[in-house]
Amino acid sequence: MSLDGATRPLIHARALTKRFAAFTAVDAVDFDVARGEAFGFLGPNGAGKTSTMRMIGCTSPISGGELRILDMDPRHDGPQIRARLGVVPQHDTLDNELTVRENLLIYGRYFGLTREECARRADDLLEFVQLADRGKDLVEPLSGGMKRRLTIARSLINEPDVMLLDEPTTGLDPQARHLVWDRLYRLKQRGVTLVLTTHYMDEAEQLCDRLVVMDKAKIVAEGSPQELIQRYSTKEVAEFRFAPGIQETLDGQFEGLAERVERLPDRVLLYADDGEDVVLAARDRGLHPETVLVRRSTLEDVFLRLTGRSLVE
Amino acid sequence: MAALTDARGRTTAPGPGLASSWTTIARVIEHRALQYRRTFRASLFSSFGIPVLFLTAMGLGLGGYVDQNPDPSLAGLTYLQFLAPGLLAATVMQSGSFEAAFPILGGLQWNKIFHAMFATPIRALDIVLGNLAWIAIRLTMISIAFSIVVVAFGASRSPLIVVAIPAAVLTGLAFTAPIMAFTATQRTPDRFAAMFRFGITPLFLFSGTFYPIESLPGFLQPVAWISPLWHGVDLCRQLMLGTVDRDPVLAIVHVVVLGAITVAGVLAAARTFEARLVRG
Amino acid sequence: MTALRITPLFAFGSRRALRMIERNLLVYKHGWMVILSGFFEPLFYLLSIGFGLGRLVGDVAGPDGQPIPYALFVAPALLAASSMNGAITESTFNFFFKLNYDKTFASILTTPMSPADISLGELGWALIRGGLYAIGFLVVMIVFGLARSPLILLTLPGALLIGFAFAAVGMAATSFMRSWQDFDLIQLVILPMFLFSGTFFPLDSLPPAAQLLVQVTPLYHGVDLLRTLAVGVVGPSTLVHVAYLAIMGLAGLAIVSRRLDRLLLK
Repeated sequence: MSLDGATRPLIHARALTKRFAAFTAVDAVDFDVARGEAFGFLGPNGAGKTSTMRMIGCTSPISGGELRILDMDPRHDGPQIRARLGVVPQHDTLDNELTVRENLLIYGRYFGLTREECARRADDLLEFVQLADRGKDLVEPLSGGMKRRLTIARSLINEPDVMLLDEPTTGLDPQARHLVWDRLYRLKQRGVTLVLTTHYMDEAEQLCDRLVVMDKAKIVAEGSPQELIQRYSTKEVAEFRFAPGIQETLDGQFEGLAERVERLPDRVLLYADDGEDVVLAARDRGLHPETVLVRRSTLEDVFLRLTGRSLVE
Repeated sequence: MAALTDARGRTTAPGPGLASSWTTIARVIEHRALQYRRTFRASLFSSFGIPVLFLTAMGLGLGGYVDQNPDPSLAGLTYLQFLAPGLLAATVMQSGSFEAAFPILGGLQWNKIFHAMFATPIRALDIVLGNLAWIAIRLTMISIAFSIVVVAFGASRSPLIVVAIPAAVLTGLAFTAPIMAFTATQRTPDRFAAMFRFGITPLFLFSGTFYPIESLPGFLQPVAWISPLWHGVDLCRQLMLGTVDRDPVLAIVHVVVLGAITVAGVLAAARTFEARLVRG
Repeated sequence: MTALRITPLFAFGSRRALRMIERNLLVYKHGWMVILSGFFEPLFYLLSIGFGLGRLVGDVAGPDGQPIPYALFVAPALLAASSMNGAITESTFNFFFKLNYDKTFASILTTPMSPADISLGELGWALIRGGLYAIGFLVVMIVFGLARSPLILLTLPGALLIGFAFAAVGMAATSFMRSWQDFDLIQLVILPMFLFSGTFFPLDSLPPAAQLLVQVTPLYHGVDLLRTLAVGVVGPSTLVHVAYLAIMGLAGLAIVSRRLDRLLLK
C-alpha cells in the first residue's frame, strides 16, 4: 500500500467499458469517488447506470479500461473487494424462504462473520431500519418499503466501507421514500461512502454531494447538484401549458422572451433568472397559457439541456 | 320484442341464465387453449412417448418374466393385457392431478389470470367449470393417444376400449375437481409435493394398477376399495378386456363413485374459488 | 485464493461453500416435512413393486446369474434410480429456478462468495439430502430381510457417487438451458433410463443392440453397482462402474467450472 492511500480515491475508473455482444452498455467513462462522499449516477433507464454499478460491485466483469476499487483490481480481488461493499440492488433479492432476521444472519455468514456476531449486528440493524418487531416474519408479506429497508439492513451486515445503491427508492410511495432517505442520510453522517444511481432529480439533490449525468452509455456532465444547475441552467423556469392544439400555432412567438426556450410536446419551458418577468412579458405579447408555473431550476432541466430529452419519459 | 323470442317462442332475454354460463365457460376454455398452444410440442412426448415406454418396459420387459409362470389371479391374461388398462387410468389420474395443481395455482397466484377473468362478467363457478372442461379435453386427448398405443401393442381385447376413454377421463376428473378445490386454498406450491408423495404416488402403486389387489396384504385390500383410482382402474379394465358383462353392477358402482366425487369436488371448488377471488 | 474466479476445477471453491449448506439448512428448518417426505417415495415403490408385483414375478437372475427374489433384485435399483432423480431435480429444476427467478444466487454473489462456492455448496447439499434418503432406504432393506452380505453397507457411498455424477452433469446441462421448455429434454433422457437400465427386469431380455446401448448409459452402471454390492457379488465390473460414474461426475464439474462464471457474472 502506498503512503497516500488515505487521499487516493476509493473508486477510480478510466475509460471503463461494458459490452454485451454487439451492444455497448457503458462507453469509456471516467470518474472518481472519494472517501466519505455521496456520489450519484443520474440518468434515464438504459443509460448504463446499473451496468456501471454491477462492475463496481464485482459481479460483472469489465470489458475494457481501468477500474480500481479500494485500491484493488476487481479482476483478481473480487471476493476481497466484495467483503467491504454493501450492495442494494435495483430489485430486492431477499431470500423469500427465510424470515426477516434469518435473511440478515445467513448474509452475515457469507461474509465469514461468526454466528454470535451476525446475531448481534442483525438485532442492531433491524432496530436501525425500524423492523425489529418483524424479525420472525417471513419476507414475502412485507410491504415494498419494508423490503427495501430490509435490503438496506442486509447490505450493512458487514459494516461496509462503500454502499452501492441502485435506484434505492424506485417504486416506493412518498412516505417510504422519505424514511429510506433519512436512513441513508444518517449513514452518510457516520462516514459511509454512498454510491447511488437514480432517475429522480429530487433524490439526487437530496442525497448526492457530487454526481455524474449519464446518457446513452456516456457521462455527459459532472459536478455538485448546485454547480450543474448553475452551469447548465438559469435560476428560474417558467412553464407554460396551452389548451390542446394551441401550442403548435405559436411558432416564433417565444423568441427573445427568455435566455433559452425548450418546447416539449405538452408544455413550453422558458429559462431566465427571473421567471415573473418572463410571465409579464409573455402577457404583453398576447400569449394566454392555460396554466403558468414559475419554479427554480432542477437537475431535470440540466438533463433536458444536455440531452434534449426529459429524464422520466 | 320479436328479436328476443326464438323460433319456439321462448324468450331469450339476457340475464344470468344457463345460456350465458355456457358462453362464459367457453371463454375460459379458449383462454387456456391459447396458453396451451405454446407447450403443445412437449405434451406430445408425454401423451404418446410415456405410455409407449411404460408399456414396453413393464408390460413386455417385466411382463415376460410374469408370463413365464402365469399367476392364477391374472385369469389367463398376459401381463401386458392386464397392465394396459390400469396404466391408462393411472396416467390420466396423474395428468388430471397435475393440471389441477400447478397451472391452477399459477392462474390464482402468479399471473392472476383468474382474477382478471373474475373482473369481467365471468363467475367463479364458470371459471371452475371452464377449467374442468379444458382439463377434460386434455385428458381425452391423452386417453385417445394411450388407447391408440394399446391397440398397436395388441393389448386390447374388446371394441369397448372406445368406452374406456370416457371412463378414464371420468377417473381423471374425480381427482381434478377436488384438487382444484384444494389448490384455491393455497398460496404457494409447498403442499403439492406432499400431496403427490403421500396421495397420488401411493394410489398409483397400490390401486391394482400393476397387480390385482388380491395380491396386497389382507388389511390393505379394503383401503384399495376406497381408492378412487381403484374404481377407475377396474372400470377401464372391465371395458378394455370386454369383461363388463360379468359384473355390470360393479361397473355401475364405479361410475357412481367417480361421478359423485367429481360433483362434490366441483361444488367445493366453486366455494373455494369464490372465497379466493373475492379476497383477491 | 486470490484468483478464485479464474481457477479451474479443484482449487475451485473454498470453505465458503459450506455457507450454502448452512443457508439450505435454515430454509429446511421451515420445511423439514419436504425432506422427510422424500424418503417415502422409494419406500412405497419397494413395497408395491418389490413385494407386491414381486409375488407375480417370482425369482429372477441376479448379477452373477443365480436366481434371487424379485424384491432383492429391484431394491438396489430403486435406490440407484432415486439417487439419480433426487440429484437431477436438485441440479436442474431447482438450480435453474434459483438462478433465473428466485435471484437468491444474485444476492449471494454480491458478498465474497464466488460462483464456485455457490455451485459446490449446492452440490454438497444435494449429496447430503441424497445420503439421508439412502440411509433411510438402507435401514428399510435390512428390516425387510434383504441384507445378505455386509457389503450392502457400501451401497450408501455407492448411492452418493451416483448422486454426485448426476448432479454434476445436471448442473452442467442447466448451464446451457434457456427456458423451462428445454427441461422436457431432460425428461426425455431420464425416463427411458429409469425404465430400461436393468432397473425392473434383467438386461438380457432386451435385444442385443439395445443391451449395448443401455450399457453405455450412466444409470445402468449405477444400478448394477448397487446390485452387486447389495447381493454381495463384487468383481472387476464393480470397479468399471465406479470409474464410469467418477469420471462422469468430474467431467460434469469441469464443464460447470468453465461455464458458471459466464452464467452468473453477466
